[in-house]
Amino acid sequence: MAELNIEKGSSRKSAYDLRDPNAHAVERHTLAVVVDNEAGVLARVIGLFSGRGYNIESLTVAEIDHNGHTSRMTIVTTGTPAIIDQIKAQLGRIVPVHEVHDLTVEGASVERELALFKVSGKGNDRVEALRLADIFRASVVDSTLHNFTFEITGSPEKIDAFAELMRPLGLSEMARTGVAALSRG
Amino acid sequence: MTQPMTGAQMVVQALKDQGVDVVFGYPGGAVLPIYDEIFQQNDIRHILVRHEQAAVHAAEGYARSTGKVGCALVTSGPGATNAVTGLTDALMDSIPIVVLSGQVPTFMIGNDAFQEADTVGITRPCTKHNWLVKDTAALPGILHEAFHVARSGRPGPVLVDIPKDVQFASAIYTPREAARTDRYNPRVKGDIEQIRRLARAMTEARRPIIYSGGGVINSGPRASQLLRELARETGFPLTSTLMGLGAYPASGDAWLGMLGMHGTYEANLAMHGCDLMINIGARFDDRITGRVQDFSPQSVKAHIDIDPSSINKVIHVEIPIIGDVANVLEDLLAVWRAEEGSRTQREAVKGWWAQIEEWREVRCLDYDTSPRVIKPQHAVARLEALTKGHDRYICTEVGQHQMWAAQYLGFEDPNRWMTSGGLGTMGYGQPAAMGVQVAHPDALVINVAGEASWLMNMQEMGTMVQYRLPVKQFILNNERLGMVRQWQELLHGERYSQSWSEALPDFVKLAEAFGAKGIKCSDPADLDDAIREMIDHDGPVIFDCLVEKHENCFPMIPSGEPHNKMLLANAETQGQITAPGAVLV
Ligand SMILES: Cc1cc2nc3c(=O)[nH]c(=O)nc-3n(C[C@H](O)[C@H](O)[C@H](O)COP(=O)(O)OP(=O)(O)OC[C@H]3O[C@@H](n4cnc5c(N)ncnc54)[C@H](O)[C@@H]3O)c2cc1C
Ligand SMILES: Cc1ncc(C[n+]2csc(CCOP(=O)(O)OP(=O)(O)O)c2C)c(N)n1
Repeated sequence: MAELNIEKGSSRKSAYDLRDPNAHAVERHTLAVVVDNEAGVLARVIGLFSGRGYNIESLTVAEIDHNGHTSRMTIVTTGTPAIIDQIKAQLGRIVPVHEVHDLTVEGASVERELALFKVSGKGNDRVEALRLADIFRASVVDSTLHNFTFEITGSPEKIDAFAELMRPLGLSEMARTGVAALSRG
Repeated sequence: MTQPMTGAQMVVQALKDQGVDVVFGYPGGAVLPIYDEIFQQNDIRHILVRHEQAAVHAAEGYARSTGKVGCALVTSGPGATNAVTGLTDALMDSIPIVVLSGQVPTFMIGNDAFQEADTVGITRPCTKHNWLVKDTAALPGILHEAFHVARSGRPGPVLVDIPKDVQFASAIYTPREAARTDRYNPRVKGDIEQIRRLARAMTEARRPIIYSGGGVINSGPRASQLLRELARETGFPLTSTLMGLGAYPASGDAWLGMLGMHGTYEANLAMHGCDLMINIGARFDDRITGRVQDFSPQSVKAHIDIDPSSINKVIHVEIPIIGDVANVLEDLLAVWRAEEGSRTQREAVKGWWAQIEEWREVRCLDYDTSPRVIKPQHAVARLEALTKGHDRYICTEVGQHQMWAAQYLGFEDPNRWMTSGGLGTMGYGQPAAMGVQVAHPDALVINVAGEASWLMNMQEMGTMVQYRLPVKQFILNNERLGMVRQWQELLHGERYSQSWSEALPDFVKLAEAFGAKGIKCSDPADLDDAIREMIDHDGPVIFDCLVEKHENCFPMIPSGEPHNKMLLANAETQGQITAPGAVLV
């Protein structure tokens, strides 16, 4: 958890800082939001975050019920506890939003992300990349004489760790899906 | 009934089914089919404004003064973009309106077609919800849902964007009863446990205050009735925000006057020193709280609000109650009446009232009159005296005159006061007054204005003359952007940058040019007769009241200061606002 970076006494400098006089610690929360799958719904949610100055670390969305026309968004956001509460209340005001769940406080949950990595290495680096991929249970989904494309699923932290290891071995491109999450049990 | 209808016919039918009797609008290519249907019927009256912004403000005035949903109709592109200020205004002040806009045909959307604008994109952040209708069969359901969303929960503006081909095509109409409204149903009933906690806190409080707001008006006349009962039965003092004026009568025993930046000394000090604050339908706006860290430091706070996002947004409260004001007050009164302590509470708060009476003796709204020049406060006080007892509705523009109107007019009933609070939109008052007069043709409707604000929508004089809307424009003409000038005096070393009104029109001649009556008054001795002449005239009037040019509006809590740091009239004001406060607005 990072500390909010507001210097002492700065809270009188702008109306924005007035919101957060005590500089509470910033928390990271994963929200699951069930919405009607209709035109503009993603824009509404994103517009809420940008318009009110909230953070989005990751956002994924896809239809989950074709007949019921509902989609599920998984949003990873950061903010003080008060801001997180505001975000949930503001999301709840959007007409096509049906449910807002804070997976971070509603008990245990699983978070997964999928990523594709292109690694272009030579000689020993190629071997090392394959060996590490095996340890991380990443699979090779494409290979040429010059590079491998790995697919890896896991927590965002696991993917970060894999990326760090691949970097010196010739990591040239990476695509990540963002987090999908469900509560346990 | 199962005959197909065109989209344009559906629009008119849905408006009728929703009880709309008047639409404020302006035609253009993308709404011609709808205008064609309007032409062929007599149930819905159309008022042709002179600018789409005015159509939306008129719908707001209509809505606020009747408690019904207001309706406006505009064309695509510039018609829709002109509506944006009105939509934002209605969003900030929780006013239920439905705006219908025309759009280029569906097959041309995205081509930069003539008068195409991304209306749903532009208006997404300034509406409660909006819809782009792509299929005529979906149109009636969307229209019914639009009215439902506008009026339910925390009211607000919605927009339905209707492409021209959707207006021409035919489908089967969905009647109001069959339309889907289930996906938006905010909760109205408060949690009884929290209500019990509040009732208990009320029996223990020694320095309580009721802080009521626009939500009481939004909730309807029953809420105002219950608020009065609550004040009477508890004996607690009561103050209100700008938006809530009239919910509790200004002549009532509990009344402390408005609170906030330009509120009364007694109301603000009572808010600062209370031990229990009961917020009923107000939103802790920054005009109220001042510096939040110092806001009412010793009190337990309860907050009744229908919008969960209003609760704990600015001020942390100990007793949150999510629900509709009327609904919650009903339960609260029932619980309170059963509480043991309720019978002795009136006695227990006597000491608090004695303290409040002491604050009252400061007489913070006193002002010096002058035999030579009309003081703006005096003009409003005379307007109050001479219009009291009339079936009266007041609108305002934005600035000093707005605050003086709030301070020196007394409101006895809800829905009688229309002002732009949250957005502070200059140019709001004149069209809003027009909408009020359309809804109440026989009432005395007055727009208390500053000359600068008034000019922003002055074209609407034409509308008022055309439809014989006898609105009185009471202009406090200080030849200054007075509120801006006041801030420059207090914050920017009296450097009056661009804050005067140069090359003003001759308002009497202007009135006459429109076919209205003009009255000019500059001598305090003539004021009463001139106001009477205005009231008695059966038609629209522009009253040019020349007032003191450099009068300041007091009391004033400087930005960034707590409630107990208030400036009163005649106070030494130089250097009172600190540099950090100057950053705030
Ligand atoms: C130049 C200028 C100066 C100003 N100075 C002052 C000042 O000195 N004092 C002042 O008070 N204001 C002042 N204002 C106005 C101020 O900016 C705000 O608009 C106002 O204070 C907000 O009023 P409110 O809190 O009653 O909220 P509103 O904006 O009326 O909001 C209503 C609240 O009630 C809730 N609500 C709605 N319907 C219901 C329901 N059915 N049941 C329960 N809750 C409901 C809403 O969710 C919302 O939280 C000034 C404005 C201008 C332009
Ligand atoms: C559309 C718009 N533009 C600018 C402002 C900023 N503003 C607030 S009050 C004011 C001056 C209003 O002058 P006037 O209407 O003459 O009223 P007075 O304050 O003199 O009574 C201005 C420019 C605003 N509120 N709205």
